[in-house]
Amino acid sequence: MAKGNVHIVVERCKACGFCVEFCPTKVLALSSVFNSKGYHPPHVVNPEKCSGCDLCGMYCPDFAIYGTRVVPVRGEK
Amino acid sequence: MPVKDVGLVDQGVVNPVEPFLRSDRMPHIWCPGCGIGTTVNCFARALIESKIDLQSLALVSGIGCTGRVAGYVKLDSFHTTHGRAIPFATGLKLANPKLNVVVYSGDGDLSAIGGNHLIHAARRNIDLKVICVNNLIYAMTGGQTAPTTPGHATTSTNPYGTFEPAFNLPHLVEAAGAVYVARWTTFHVRQLARSIGEAFQKKGFSFIEVISPCPTLYQRRNKMGDGLDTMKYYKEQSKTRHGAPTSEVGLTLKGEIIVGKFVDRDRPDYQTMMRAQYVEALGERFVEAPEMVCS
Repeated sequence: MAKGNVHIVVERCKACGFCVEFCPTKVLALSSVFNSKGYHPPHVVNPEKCSGCDLCGMYCPDFAIYGTRVVPVRGEK
Repeated sequence: MPVKDVGLVDQGVVNPVEPFLRSDRMPHIWCPGCGIGTTVNCFARALIESKIDLQSLALVSGIGCTGRVAGYVKLDSFHTTHGRAIPFATGLKLANPKLNVVVYSGDGDLSAIGGNHLIHAARRNIDLKVICVNNLIYAMTGGQTAPTTPGHATTSTNPYGTFEPAFNLPHLVEAAGAVYVARWTTFHVRQLARSIGEAFQKKGFSFIEVISPCPTLYQRRNKMGDGLDTMKYYKEQSKTRHGAPTSEVGLTLKGEIIVGKFVDRDRPDYQTMMRAQYVEALGERFVEAPEMVCS
């Protein structure tokens, strides 16, 4: 069970690659699809590894990605 | 694998920076790989962490790439004339001493065109938080040599390399009298956010220099790769030395970058000194300035 989620605003991305490079658990990779400006936004390749630290959100110069922690449901391990 | 456009609200959560941004003005003009947006992230995080009342906060920017910040943040902000961010901010602070005034500008605006204002605001110790995004060049005007451009760097006005000695900004503002001086790069996001939060706790002239990539002009002309390569360079070549003597933290073209909190001291600020002087000189005739009320 992943501890966090990554949210990507595809149309804002300028494909600088900061989030892909500096994700501590290597959750992301640049995808092959284009957004409307012609950049390759990142996509999630290892969703179960995300810790929800939001470091991608702090690095992103275009405010296009952010991480959130999953609040554990009571009783669930 | 197709990428789903999740819009601004995904699964009921929104980017924590979003409340601080004028979303209608996005996407911003900053180039891919530019670090200014990263510093805005850190600034927004610092505001969230320090729980500052946004009604008592004003952000002042000058001209330049970093000067655009004032237009992109959903705060009370001024986009002032070139180099005059600090004088505008000084006026704001004197008229309404309870305001937290942040000056958010670039190295060219603060240290070249507004260089005089920078050193005199530090000398007077006016209670301003100055965030200086230093991309080592005049970026918006086409990559001319700035006072912060390190030696041997190629710029559009020095195609055979810069030969002028550069400003060492932490040393300059420390000598002029700043109470808080720190330097980080855009790689040090958590440290930068913490540093901005610390500056909000200080009373007096606080100066935070953020080294930021300019992939379009500085890195490209100097064959230093793109924004990501520069971030990797910051990661490898920066050394954290808190309390390092600021005379030793000058920047070189491809050498080590000393980062950290260099100065954290206490001096009476401008308004404290002004009040003390008037109380001493006028005695019973001294009348407190009425509190400013905005209606």
